[in-house]
Amino acid sequence: MTELHHQTLSELRAGLRARRFSSVELTKHYLARIERFDSQLNAFITVTAESAVRAAEAADRELETSNAPALTGIPLVHKDIFCTDGVLTTCGSKMLSNFIAPYDATVVERLARAGVVTLGKANMDEFAMGSSNETSFYGPVKNPWDLKKVPGGSSGGSAAAVAARLTPAATGTDTGGSIRQPAALTGLTGLKPTYGRVSRYGMIAFASSLDQAGTLTLTAEDAALLMSAMAGFDARDSTSVDVPVPDYLSALDQPLSGLKIGLLKEFFEKGLDEQSAKLVREALSLYERLGAKLIEVSLPNLPLSVPTYYVVAPAECSSNLSRFDGVRFGHRCDNPSDLLDLYRRSRGEGFGPEVKRRIMTGTYVLSAGYYDAYYLRAQKVRRLIADDFARAFSNVDVLMGPTSPTPAFDIGAKVDDPITMYLNDIYTIGANLAGLPAMSIPCGFAGELPVGLQIIGPHFSEAKLLNVAHGYQRETQWHRRIPKGFI
Amino acid sequence: MNWETVIGLEIHAQLATKSKIFSSSATAYGAAPNAQANLVDLGYPGVLPVLNREAVRMAVKFGLAVGAGISRRSIFARKNYFYPDLPKGYQISQYEKPIVEKGTLEILLEDGSRKTIGITRAHLEEDAGKSLHEDFQGLSGIDLNRAGTPLLEIVSEPDMRSAKEAVAYMKKIHTLVRYLEICDGNMQEGSFRCDANVSVRPFGQEKFGTRCEIKNLNSFRFIEKAINYELARQIELIEGGGKVRQETRLYDPDKGETRALRSKEEANDYRYFPDPDLLPVALDDAFIESARASLPELPDQKAARYVKEFGLSDYDAGLLTASREMGDYYESVVAKLQGQEKLAANWVMGELSGALNKDGLDITASRINPAQLAGLLARIADETISGKIAKEVFEQMWIEGKDADAIIESKGLKQITDTGAIEKVIDEVMAANPKQLADYRSGKDKLFGFFVGQVMKVTGGKANPAQVNELLKQKLAG
Amino acid sequence: MSLTRHDVENIAMLARLAINEAELPVYVDSLSKILNFVEQLNQAETDNVEPMAHPLADQVQRMRADEVLEQDHHEKYQRNAARVEAGLYLVPKVIE
Repeated sequence: MTELHHQTLSELRAGLRARRFSSVELTKHYLARIERFDSQLNAFITVTAESAVRAAEAADRELETSNAPALTGIPLVHKDIFCTDGVLTTCGSKMLSNFIAPYDATVVERLARAGVVTLGKANMDEFAMGSSNETSFYGPVKNPWDLKKVPGGSSGGSAAAVAARLTPAATGTDTGGSIRQPAALTGLTGLKPTYGRVSRYGMIAFASSLDQAGTLTLTAEDAALLMSAMAGFDARDSTSVDVPVPDYLSALDQPLSGLKIGLLKEFFEKGLDEQSAKLVREALSLYERLGAKLIEVSLPNLPLSVPTYYVVAPAECSSNLSRFDGVRFGHRCDNPSDLLDLYRRSRGEGFGPEVKRRIMTGTYVLSAGYYDAYYLRAQKVRRLIADDFARAFSNVDVLMGPTSPTPAFDIGAKVDDPITMYLNDIYTIGANLAGLPAMSIPCGFAGELPVGLQIIGPHFSEAKLLNVAHGYQRETQWHRRIPKGFI
Repeated sequence: MNWETVIGLEIHAQLATKSKIFSSSATAYGAAPNAQANLVDLGYPGVLPVLNREAVRMAVKFGLAVGAGISRRSIFARKNYFYPDLPKGYQISQYEKPIVEKGTLEILLEDGSRKTIGITRAHLEEDAGKSLHEDFQGLSGIDLNRAGTPLLEIVSEPDMRSAKEAVAYMKKIHTLVRYLEICDGNMQEGSFRCDANVSVRPFGQEKFGTRCEIKNLNSFRFIEKAINYELARQIELIEGGGKVRQETRLYDPDKGETRALRSKEEANDYRYFPDPDLLPVALDDAFIESARASLPELPDQKAARYVKEFGLSDYDAGLLTASREMGDYYESVVAKLQGQEKLAANWVMGELSGALNKDGLDITASRINPAQLAGLLARIADETISGKIAKEVFEQMWIEGKDADAIIESKGLKQITDTGAIEKVIDEVMAANPKQLADYRSGKDKLFGFFVGQVMKVTGGKANPAQVNELLKQKLAG
Repeated sequence: MSLTRHDVENIAMLARLAINEAELPVYVDSLSKILNFVEQLNQAETDNVEPMAHPLADQVQRMRADEVLEQDHHEKYQRNAARVEAGLYLVPKVIE
């Protein structure tokens, strides 16, 4: 039998159902790997070993019956941005280093109902603000492909854990690329769904109009399985959209002949690493061989997506993070002299430098006299970018390009220069601004480091994206590669 | 110099929904601390607001009642500031696109004239919690039960020119929201409160003076006092060569003065922006028309009807329609007492209101129900008892809860209208008072009253006063 | 746009963040760079463009029925609070 951790989620699911192994065996296998390897990676903030084994035991009993839900017994890791009832939920911050969530996020609740066994909570950039997982209060996460490199961020812990096969899959969130960029940098399949497709309830907000929950998996098929459980309307989230969830699995095998792929001209211009460009072009050629047509597309306002994002996201975050005031939950400073002191020191001590920088940026762009020049203007440019995408999708089915300008970079290389760090997200931010679904799938290696191909679709086209990704993964084996130290 | 007063009011009416505006916690008053604050009200990480339809419907009803435009697409915005009673660090409110646009309201002034006050807008927002200042080792306690209670903030134009006008306007809004059943109007519990923007300017000057905002006025009496204090303060300041500073002030009812708030150390910069957790509120014709169909007869319409149908004065009609319950009571009395609408009005506004006030009762808790009062008034109308005796009967009814007829019967209060019986008493009185009779007949007309009194005394006040007068005149004349 | 020390102190006060002396110049520098960077937005032609507050243009606010569905869980919710007494959250004295 193939090593358990070499199997995809779909294969493990089949194995569980055929009773080739039990959920307890599977769960203990992954817990043992976490125990053995995570000291090298720092991918976990919390490991819930005991409750995982209990859940696995219950799953095994369920699997004896004929009506076990779709994901019964499958181990999974949640990004520590999702509230989990009775479990530490830190969001990677000192501010919440003592926070026991009193409720489950909708994503957590739905996946639990579908039968998953939660192994623990993954490390992440503090409040999801970062592209390298270096801003976490719990320390940086290492890339399993090269421990000196970053895994990407902000869902860096989720990505590292899946890439190192410490879990078959993980949840993530993507505000400006936080699923896709780490997926690219660690050789995974990352899906950011359409804004409103997955409930945001219980997901600690960074930028409310951009945040969206999604998956980090080995394959598109695995993402389809998870999405079937996660997606759907939630009355507790006013921005959740009430449109039916299609059958993602049955759409996977549709032929790709006739698929119209838009090549994002702006994505291949300056700044893109040469080897990455070559690998992405090779992937596009493969699609051509599968019968797709390539059409060059220009989105003239797309180069403004990073500055737009760095006004909109900080503005929303400055307000979203005001609730952390040391009163009802979270870090509270010692012996505050008065109310102002309580607020300033609790927040000053509880938030790290990048979070403070974004709160201050956001405070500034919303303040009297600057609102029109920054915030309102950014909202207008956001409309122009969204319109560019809408125009493009009148001609093509999906857009493709690189996910990240470079493969994984060295830990510490960009921490001192926020602008350089922000430009990591240059290819991913557009989809968030326009609310579009997007994926990253592995399309080769630059030396030992994986490179990601990004696929962007129109609103609610997840089934199509998964189909397009799956078609590529049937022809390639990049997604099967395992980092050397973790085989 | 002659100073003109300029006042605008921002009234906060808590909407009478069962649950909060963005969460499904109860809004009931008086629960144990924080027992009605759920995760959304507490601003817990990850939670999201969902809008209560009833709060929107109530706001629309108000807008329709003041003839305002209803915004087909209104936007919720965040007002950002830090305060312990504001758990999220921002208040969800409406800024650029409020749900209720411009409207008007007519008030009746003391001299009987009418004045139209402009309503700039009314918007939906969430209430804050409460800071309790009892000493917890030098700390304040925060109760967030009130956080998230729906508020309708009703902003007037600076159209009022005296404290009395401001009070009349506020009372009128108070009446209106209770008619509409969108607010219980309980000022003690804070369900209905207001901030007043007050300034003065020389008569004839067009430009407004610098205004001060007086916060959290929660009784009609305080509003009048606070505004008058503030006006005097501003005038004295200006006449003494000083300048009014734009600031927020608090009224201290114990001292009867306003003082500047100490907590505002910095200029407020609320950084309003559209709340990304909430989408535009779109209202279609069906929603608005269904709200319109649910509107009751409004106080002005009701008062006009009383004037027309019942022949009441504007003033009386205004008083009787000041609350929906008072109007209902009055109409129940009138329904059983055709042709005696004025008599009924006098009694409802007079004896009944007095008795209710004395016992601190609401009209819905009156010890005498409308049918009973109508029963009493019917006995005045058919001359079974006099008005004076009726007041006695009323008092007994109030205490015993019995019907008027039972009391009249058991106490033998029935009026004496038998001419023969009255003449007999008059004869006795004249016989017993020969000196007064002689004096009267020699021209001391004033003694007429003495004889009336004597007759009434002997009959225990039960003789019909008109008949007594008539018969006495004849007999005394000899 | 270049910010001064004083600007950053004001922003930090508005955001209720204590920033120590040593960190201050770092923020002056990085915030200025960020603001300069986002000024690229001025290149875009935005006259007559409707601001976009939300990625899904056609969606409108859903409204829920007015129902009370909550129980009292204040003890559970207050376990995360640093200071609680008699069901109240405690803070340094609020001065009005």
